[in-house]
Amino acid sequence: MKRSYGLTYAGPTALWFTLFFAAPLIIIVLYSFLKKGLYGGVEWQFSGEAYRALLNPTFAAITLRTLFSSIIATLLTILIALPCGYFMAKSKNQTLLLLLVIIPFWTNFLIRVYAWIAILGNNGFLNELLHRLGLTRDYIQFLYNQEAVILVLVYMYLPYAILPLFSTIDKFDFSLLEAARDLGATKVQSMTRVLLPNIRSGIFTAVLFTFIPIFGAYAVPLLVGGKDSYMLGNVIADQLTKTRNWPLASSISMVITVVTTAGVMIMLGLQKRDAQREAEAKRSGSITTQDEMGILSEGVK
Amino acid sequence: MKGSDVTIEGISKSFGDFKALKDVHLAIKKGEFFSLLGPSGCGKTTLLRIIAGFESPDMGLVSFDGVDVLPLPPDKRHANTVFQNYALFPHLSVFENVAFPLRIKKVPPKELQRRVTEYLKLVELDLQAHKKPAQLSGGQKQRVAIARALINEPSVLLLDEPLSALDAKLRQHMLIELDRIHDKIGITFIYVTHDQQEALSVSDRIAVMNQGEVLQVGTPHEIYESPATDFVARFIGETNLFDGEVTSVRSLGKGSGKGDLLFVHVDIPELGSIKVTTEDALEVGQRVSFTIRPEKIVISTERPSTQREDINLFEGLVDEPIYSGFQTKFYVRVSENVVFRVIKQHANYSDEGPEIVWKDSVYLSWSANDGYIVEVKR
Repeated sequence: MKRSYGLTYAGPTALWFTLFFAAPLIIIVLYSFLKKGLYGGVEWQFSGEAYRALLNPTFAAITLRTLFSSIIATLLTILIALPCGYFMAKSKNQTLLLLLVIIPFWTNFLIRVYAWIAILGNNGFLNELLHRLGLTRDYIQFLYNQEAVILVLVYMYLPYAILPLFSTIDKFDFSLLEAARDLGATKVQSMTRVLLPNIRSGIFTAVLFTFIPIFGAYAVPLLVGGKDSYMLGNVIADQLTKTRNWPLASSISMVITVVTTAGVMIMLGLQKRDAQREAEAKRSGSITTQDEMGILSEGVK
Repeated sequence: MKGSDVTIEGISKSFGDFKALKDVHLAIKKGEFFSLLGPSGCGKTTLLRIIAGFESPDMGLVSFDGVDVLPLPPDKRHANTVFQNYALFPHLSVFENVAFPLRIKKVPPKELQRRVTEYLKLVELDLQAHKKPAQLSGGQKQRVAIARALINEPSVLLLDEPLSALDAKLRQHMLIELDRIHDKIGITFIYVTHDQQEALSVSDRIAVMNQGEVLQVGTPHEIYESPATDFVARFIGETNLFDGEVTSVRSLGKGSGKGDLLFVHVDIPELGSIKVTTEDALEVGQRVSFTIRPEKIVISTERPSTQREDINLFEGLVDEPIYSGFQTKFYVRVSENVVFRVIKQHANYSDEGPEIVWKDSVYLSWSANDGYIVEVKR
């Protein structure tokens, strides 16, 4: 007799996801279509007001700016993470370097942001250093602007890009670069024409891992940003706590969800196309992007 | 452009404490099929990588047609490499792999199409052009790698154990293929291998290497028939090798080289006295190594009737006959510590005596002209 334990195993997970993932999402969707309550909360009456408010030029501008900063921050992160991952993969001290990348995770997120405030602040380390060296007379305003937000965001999410890139590059066959050099490619050409196309799946993963959290950033723009670097995350918080417009907060959340989901879909689509091509090209077995796909779908959860 | 002379002068290279190459000199001629042969770790691949430009030597010179190439990066040398693991670009089709060097050079599409097709035809892969490397068999991948390395029309082709990943039958086939391609395009081939059969069958000349040194350079015939050191003798083919002392030297007149042809007796402690001819200037009392190839020894159950002075004759017991169709190999115990390897070819019925089997008592004989003095010890 065979007994099926399927439900026994899947049950707790299903319950967990329903409670903590699906239910909140449904609540947000629901709230975004309701009328705002006078002192926060909602009134149980259908309304499209929250979405109409999104068309307000102020929100549109913030949405665009959030998108813009997120893309810039993601690009910078990837550009820094690529050489890091490359040299980690080639290094003999991989374990040590991996540890160095992971160590920041052991420190509280906010502490790390405050560390940057200590460095960049008007009486901070950097200003002090420049002053002592006699390079500046007055302090320079590093903090509370768009650049500071992007800088700290890049720092915060760099490990999330380095790790998938490292794991992909580590599997890359470096003799291909020698082959490219041998066949007439310069160093740069061997990187762009051989390395990059072969680690594409790692780049996709790194982009997703950094873009998604950056697009929903809240604490970083709040702490090191100014009025001009407000992001959608901050607007949501304001709507919840100050203006007490919960439906509007929900509809802005929906914007973030839709944009990031679209990003994930595009990336997954690209990767699926790659995987299909590879599957077609594969009758006599070889390497796949399957394992990277595994990492990716976990990340999306 | 046709092949280049490749000159290697005094190349040394160390990795930490390990001396990979010690003062290597080689003069490889235009259009030659030249093999670097040796066991793994002998420095042959390092030497090839220095010629290709992936490593730089600690000392010495590498020049193509008299032009020093050491300052040039790999992409600026007229040498292309066929890598051991093929190193095909997995994201590109067969066509694009072969087209890669031309795309880098921005060759116009029409000419690119023509040349890639031409080289794919050369390696008989024009029908597989659209496939990805993962779809190809080992031999096909190898041929893509060769076409890709040749399309830039290099003057030197470097082959790093190109056949080691193939099975024995395919290896034979590819070897013939390589030889055909070499004959057709006529550039210099430098071929690295640890397989003596491969090296012997296709090379114009071979350099035998061990522990970072070149021990002997010569034609396959010279390497096989007159190995310069006992390492070469042992490494190339099977052999019977003994150490002994020269007990008598007699001149037979002018030899083919500079010295006299000498008829020498060598006393081998565990075997007895053997006779051998040599052109090495030997003196009584010198310590030497002596070798006789298994296929040069005649094995018979009856005592050979010849009375010729130059014949060496020993008696023994067959320890182990190993039949392999076209030949049988015998391990023949001549004394307590001496086992000869003997190979008997099954030529035709007329020279087949009675079959020799296990525990047979046999006679081994060979002419003094068939043995070699391989190394004079100091």
